[in-house]
Amino acid sequence: MNDAQPQPGSRLPAFINVRALERRWRRLSVTDLVVWGIGVVLLLFVFWRIVLTFGQGAYTLESFIKNVIFGLAQGSIYALIALGYTLVYGILFMINFAHGEVFMSGTYIGFFVIAAMEESGFLAEQTLLALLIVFAVGMLSSMAVAVTLERIAYRPLRKAPRLVPLITAIGASIFLQQAFRGLFGSSTKVYPHVHLYALPQLFPQLEDGKGMDLISGKYDVQFALLGNDVNLVVQPFIFVIFIVALLMMAGLYWYVQRTKAGKAMRAVAEDKDTAALMGINVDRVIVNTFAVGAALAGAAGVLFALYTYQVTHTMGFIPGLKAFTAAVLGGIGNIPGAMFGGFALGFTESVAPGLLSIPHQLKDVVAFSMLVLILIFRPTGIFGEVLSEKKA
Amino acid sequence: MALLEAKDIHTYYGKIHALKGISITVEEGEIVTLIGANGAGKSTTLNTICGITPAAEGQITLGGKDITRTRPHEIVALGVGQAPEGRKIFTRLTVTENLEMGAYARSDEDGIKRDMEYVFTLFPRLKERERQLGGTLSGGEQQMLAISRALMAHPRILLLDEPSMGLAPLLVQDIFHTIEELNQAGTTILLVEQNARMALGVADRGYVLQTGAVVLADRAEALRQNEMVQKAYLGGAH
Repeated sequence: MNDAQPQPGSRLPAFINVRALERRWRRLSVTDLVVWGIGVVLLLFVFWRIVLTFGQGAYTLESFIKNVIFGLAQGSIYALIALGYTLVYGILFMINFAHGEVFMSGTYIGFFVIAAMEESGFLAEQTLLALLIVFAVGMLSSMAVAVTLERIAYRPLRKAPRLVPLITAIGASIFLQQAFRGLFGSSTKVYPHVHLYALPQLFPQLEDGKGMDLISGKYDVQFALLGNDVNLVVQPFIFVIFIVALLMMAGLYWYVQRTKAGKAMRAVAEDKDTAALMGINVDRVIVNTFAVGAALAGAAGVLFALYTYQVTHTMGFIPGLKAFTAAVLGGIGNIPGAMFGGFALGFTESVAPGLLSIPHQLKDVVAFSMLVLILIFRPTGIFGEVLSEKKA
Repeated sequence: MALLEAKDIHTYYGKIHALKGISITVEEGEIVTLIGANGAGKSTTLNTICGITPAAEGQITLGGKDITRTRPHEIVALGVGQAPEGRKIFTRLTVTENLEMGAYARSDEDGIKRDMEYVFTLFPRLKERERQLGGTLSGGEQQMLAISRALMAHPRILLLDEPSMGLAPLLVQDIFHTIEELNQAGTTILLVEQNARMALGVADRGYVLQTGAVVLADRAEALRQNEMVQKAYLGGAH
């Protein structure tokens, strides 16, 4: 249809396409109505809860800031894991549901190393070096697990229908969980409290003059904002998580955009046969992709454990699902989308319960409701493109 | 010894017997063309040579070396460059990045730089668009990019699959002119074409394919005079 044609009788601004609206109206089905009905009900619910919350006058700027800061840490972790889902999906159109366990594996193996270093006193003596070692071990372990998984569980199914590797991934996820349970028991391992002091000159009043404890420190901060007295307990580690996550994302962006391996990754994502005709070893690129995603997940796992002080064989399950939600929210297969989705989910999950006056334990409900809503209203995600020509 | 030799190759797509014993040879410095109707097996022959759809039977040698079971990316490194059917440009990579991918198997930075300048002199239009995404190029420009990208591998033999497909007649002339130019500069070319008239115009020798088998093989000139070829592929009287 020619859009440039003048539309008789229409005095609406040009950006409202009357005919498209008409067409849409005519094609409206019962399902559409129900779906939009659900959407409207949810919006009204959210609106009503927010009005209620503010009506009670119980919601403070303080709790908002607190939740935003926490959301930042949560979001960073989600974003780092979500990148692994999105990278693999971008190249294989497969959802690696075992990615949460890849995250867990690295963290778990990193735990043994940090526990040993705590035992020997090395952690207290050379904290920074010890932390770098733990990060390296966590990332490398995750990479090893992911690469093994690709080789034995996914590669033989490369040509199978798409449902088959998906089910295999779920199987791999259960296998890894149970393997760690069988090997190391189902009890929760307590991660060491790490103290990394920095900038004693800037913060001489903290920790007996040793400076700020970047990992386990918690400090009271008071200030006035918009006429409110705000009292916060701030953990510097939250900002460390955020900065580490940003640095890793910048690194990933550079890798994908600028390096030969990254360009090959994009080429393979677009067309595997043609990439092979260029002399690109497609299998190697796929392994690379799994490894890069796993490295990010391993780093996220160590950050997560340093923050929560616990490691279990099930620790990857919920963060894995949340990160998957984040990846879908941003548009799966899209790298900036996964970053945005991670932060958006972490932020919403942290802020929404307070804002809606619902128990904080319901944050998982908020997150997964978001997943359902995206799948209904915008299955391609926020940054997702309409995938028409290629999906095989 | 022939540069490229395929001996009695059979290729299957699942149960479909696509190539039923095709034998072709390409000598150093030649342009050889494969002509035939849709589904005759022209593209499959190229893809079998490149290892994308490996031969179930038969043997393919490049400069005497058996490449029948070699994996596609290794075949490229051995010196086979292909500009595939439908051009298959990486739409989300820039023109320069597309060319870099063509040179993926190489590590001689200086040689790559030289070849990139060479393809830019061959197709100045690409130079103007070097930072543009492949998907934003016109059909003709994409074909230029596809050929250039294959050249970036510095191949011993260049496989061109339907370079004229979907292009305006004037552009087809340009592309074929470039093919001749490349050949004069020493590139061996195996050309698959539906446009038999143009293909036989530039080629030294040709093979006519029908339902997965070679039915005619001769000098291009002789094929142009052949009654069957004239009727079936050159549109009657010549």
